[in-house]
Amino acid sequence: MDAILLQILNGLDKGSAYALIALGLTLIFGTLGVVNFAHGALFMLGAFCAVSLQKLVAVSKITIDPSQVDFLGNPLKVKTPYVIEWFGPKIGNAIIDWNVPLAIIIAIPVMLLIGYVMERGLIKHFYKRPHADQILVTFGLAIVIQELVKANFGANPIPTPAPDQFVGSFNVGALIGLDASYPYWRLIYFAFSALIISSVFAFLRFTTFGMVVRAGMADRETVGLLGINIDRRFTIMFGIAAAVAGLAGVMYTPINSPNYHMGMDFLVLSFVVVVVGGMGSLPGAVSAGFLLGILESFASMNEVKGFFEMLYLPSIDQIIIYLVAIIVLLTRPRGLMGKAGVMEE
Amino acid sequence: MNTISKADMKTLFFVAIIALLAPFILNPFPTDSGLAQFNAGYPDLMQRFAIYGILAIGFNILFGLTGYLSFGHAAFLGVGSYSAVWMFKLLSMNIIPALILSVIVAGLFSLLIGFISLRRSGIYFSILTLAFAQMSFALAYSVLTPLTNGETGLQITLNDPRILAAENVSGNLPVTTLFGLEMRDTWAMQVGAWDFQFNIGYYICAIFLLLAFYLSIRIFRSPFGMMLRAVKTNQNRLNYTGINTRPYTLAAFVISGMYAGLAGGLMASMDPLAGAERMQWTASGEIVLMTILGGTGTLLGPVMGAGFIKYFENIFSKINDTVLHGWFSWMPDGLENIIVWVLHLFTGKGWHLTLGIMFMLIVIFLPGGLMEGMSRIGNWWKRRKGDDDAESKSTTTAAE
Amino acid sequence: MGILEVQNVNKSFGGLKALHNVNLDIEEGKIHAIIGPNGAGKSTLLNCFVGKLTPDTGTVMFDGHSLLGIKPYEINQLGVSRVFQTPEIFSELSVWENTLIPCFAKRDGSFTLNALSRVSDNKDMAEKAEKMLVDVDLINKKDMLASSMSRGDKRRLEMAMCLSQNPKLLLLDEPTAGMARADTESTIELLKSIQKKLKITMAIIEHDMGVVFSLAQKISVLAQGTVIVEDIPENIKGHPKVKEAYLGEAQVEGNMRDD
Repeated sequence: MDAILLQILNGLDKGSAYALIALGLTLIFGTLGVVNFAHGALFMLGAFCAVSLQKLVAVSKITIDPSQVDFLGNPLKVKTPYVIEWFGPKIGNAIIDWNVPLAIIIAIPVMLLIGYVMERGLIKHFYKRPHADQILVTFGLAIVIQELVKANFGANPIPTPAPDQFVGSFNVGALIGLDASYPYWRLIYFAFSALIISSVFAFLRFTTFGMVVRAGMADRETVGLLGINIDRRFTIMFGIAAAVAGLAGVMYTPINSPNYHMGMDFLVLSFVVVVVGGMGSLPGAVSAGFLLGILESFASMNEVKGFFEMLYLPSIDQIIIYLVAIIVLLTRPRGLMGKAGVMEE
Repeated sequence: MNTISKADMKTLFFVAIIALLAPFILNPFPTDSGLAQFNAGYPDLMQRFAIYGILAIGFNILFGLTGYLSFGHAAFLGVGSYSAVWMFKLLSMNIIPALILSVIVAGLFSLLIGFISLRRSGIYFSILTLAFAQMSFALAYSVLTPLTNGETGLQITLNDPRILAAENVSGNLPVTTLFGLEMRDTWAMQVGAWDFQFNIGYYICAIFLLLAFYLSIRIFRSPFGMMLRAVKTNQNRLNYTGINTRPYTLAAFVISGMYAGLAGGLMASMDPLAGAERMQWTASGEIVLMTILGGTGTLLGPVMGAGFIKYFENIFSKINDTVLHGWFSWMPDGLENIIVWVLHLFTGKGWHLTLGIMFMLIVIFLPGGLMEGMSRIGNWWKRRKGDDDAESKSTTTAAE
Repeated sequence: MGILEVQNVNKSFGGLKALHNVNLDIEEGKIHAIIGPNGAGKSTLLNCFVGKLTPDTGTVMFDGHSLLGIKPYEINQLGVSRVFQTPEIFSELSVWENTLIPCFAKRDGSFTLNALSRVSDNKDMAEKAEKMLVDVDLINKKDMLASSMSRGDKRRLEMAMCLSQNPKLLLLDEPTAGMARADTESTIELLKSIQKKLKITMAIIEHDMGVVFSLAQKISVLAQGTVIVEDIPENIKGHPKVKEAYLGEAQVEGNMRDD
């Protein structure tokens, strides 16, 4: 039981990331009818918002302290980050320590803007082009973003730790009489994702804006005929989807150090999630995200791995998601919650 | 010979001449001149031109004719390479059995993947092939380590059984051959300041390229090819004509998978090793780019696209900061540094950035690729010439 | 006994009942028109014939085979061809290739990988295609790209493609919709001559009463998802139930023409 609980918990954080990316993909697909191959790059850009902030707050003023000498006998150069210089050690250190959560504040406007510019500047011109062109141009954009990040930040992963308070683990299992200790930050990531997902759903369900968007997803032309500027709203939805991916990226940095190719790695799996969940279904995307995340984590258990190793299939966790996708596709071609008529020529 | 039309025969002949004379054509600059770095007449690079040409021709049979955009073709390339290397390990260093196995295994593998992916079309299909390619990568990289030797890659060793080969007494790793002709054998011809290289391996690849090209002409002009183009333009009408499109698309998928397998096998035949990175999504993306860059759905386009990309990859990768500084040393220092800094992003290790930007530019401005570009220039030229003597004649060309 | 028999077909979308106990009998060799006001369920009914929709209850029998639950291409293989409201042709191919494709399609739908023969070497196919193009008067446009033709020509091409398959039943969904008067007239003439020459059974869904009354040998009037009258054209004109269906329009002939 303990092991099972632990695996479920372990699956939640990856599942959260899959769910958030898949949610954005589905939103864009549902509103604009475009599959965005650059969506993984948006996730990665979010993560690099956190990295940039970390670098920014670490920018230091160098002063020479004549009272101390280094091992060569020269006066010691002391580095003081400007944030400490300006806000005093207490607040300054807190800012440095809390840079990942603080990066959210930066990431939201940045990602909204990137999403907006991407849609208006590029995607907009591709609505009437064949699907293959839409895929190709977003794919090209993904490569460009990825390579620019690589040129700026290098190819190696950059550690971006969580605030000190959240380092360490918490025995979640104790709450229900079991033993399963789990890092704080992963719990926070899960809670954060749940919050974002429910806000997106609430936004779509309870606001007028969301209602119009949902109506537009169902029948774009009719909504357009009612005199509503549906394009504008769809552009905003693109921005929101970009922000969701970005936030997923920001908060993911303490779990896995970000690198330039993390976007594509997640994107391919998120596509699989979308396919399994059912193209065009938001609840499908979210539930398949968590489902596959948990499944992947179960497949990485030593017992499971050992069993598959006997079948000459070591590291089954690497491919389990694909295998499940194949089975789902063969038995339920529309995915778990797919609607009829979506993407069926 | 009435299997192909006269016009197609001309195209084939043109490709054959280029392929035959490639060691001259690609080596226009004297060996010790400053421009020698733009030469491309090395065996290794010419082999790549031919191999990627085969790959792109095969991909074009699927994407160009049916419009099904596969993002997983690198998987078949990889499978072909692994099969070939296994043949070198188990049987002998002769490339023929290796190539046969590559094509068969890639064909079976594409049958399996195609059978599942082709249940859906459009975007769905692209996503599925991408997912399968990533799965194949994971399989090769870790899951099937006993077969693929994981991240190290599969190589030949001295201890391999090679049951058909004579006992190796030299103590050196054996080399790939075609009934005794060594792939690495190169005959150099020196003419004045020029140094032309004729490599057996390259000519073997070129022969396969010509065969592949000839076969693709036949497919393009066949009723099967016409059906595939019909699939691209209107599946609904095909269904209401009593045709189930699945066997057609699956056949196209398998054929193009076999082309990729052949390319992979040839790659391993030139250099007997196979690694998982050959199967990554970036590799698949590169195949797509070659095809669209040259001109999707055209006969000659994919070969041109492959040559273009492989050539510039080679050139761009060689340009490092020192070279750049050398070029712009005549400028004022500040300006020189700025220009070098900007160009640095795109050259050397920045080749992929150039590739991505090229990808976008082609899709946005020239969806028909180089072939369309050439015909546009041709039309413009004709029109300009037409304008010159339009004074007297009525302008029929303007109506075009 | 008709070639197409529809019995007790019901179909509802959510709470909306689109078809209610529809019975229809299309006789072999006749032109049968299905008319009715907007929203009467004509398109829904047609979609039930071609496998696009499956009725909730009821049967659709064609020539002794049920058409329910089988794929569009299987329905076509039984001998049903369809002309669409907006012509469905291979717009990126030439007119010539458009006609060749149904010639190459095997009647039983079997797949042959004839990847090595040349299209131009198949003389018998070429003859068949040429004859079809002559029939619809498009032979001088055979090298044109299909997408660059006028709507009327596209419709003729689509008809040629359907006819080259020798269908037993030809379904026509508003064959003259959106056409200029001259195109409409020529389409009517074309359909008449086809009927005379080939004796193909046709089911036509049509808005334009002029077309209906100059073509149909039998008419079914659909209103609110059910067949209210089925009779020969002379009896349909002025039938009280039909008048009522068209919102109590007193002068059926006059008003229906403008529809």
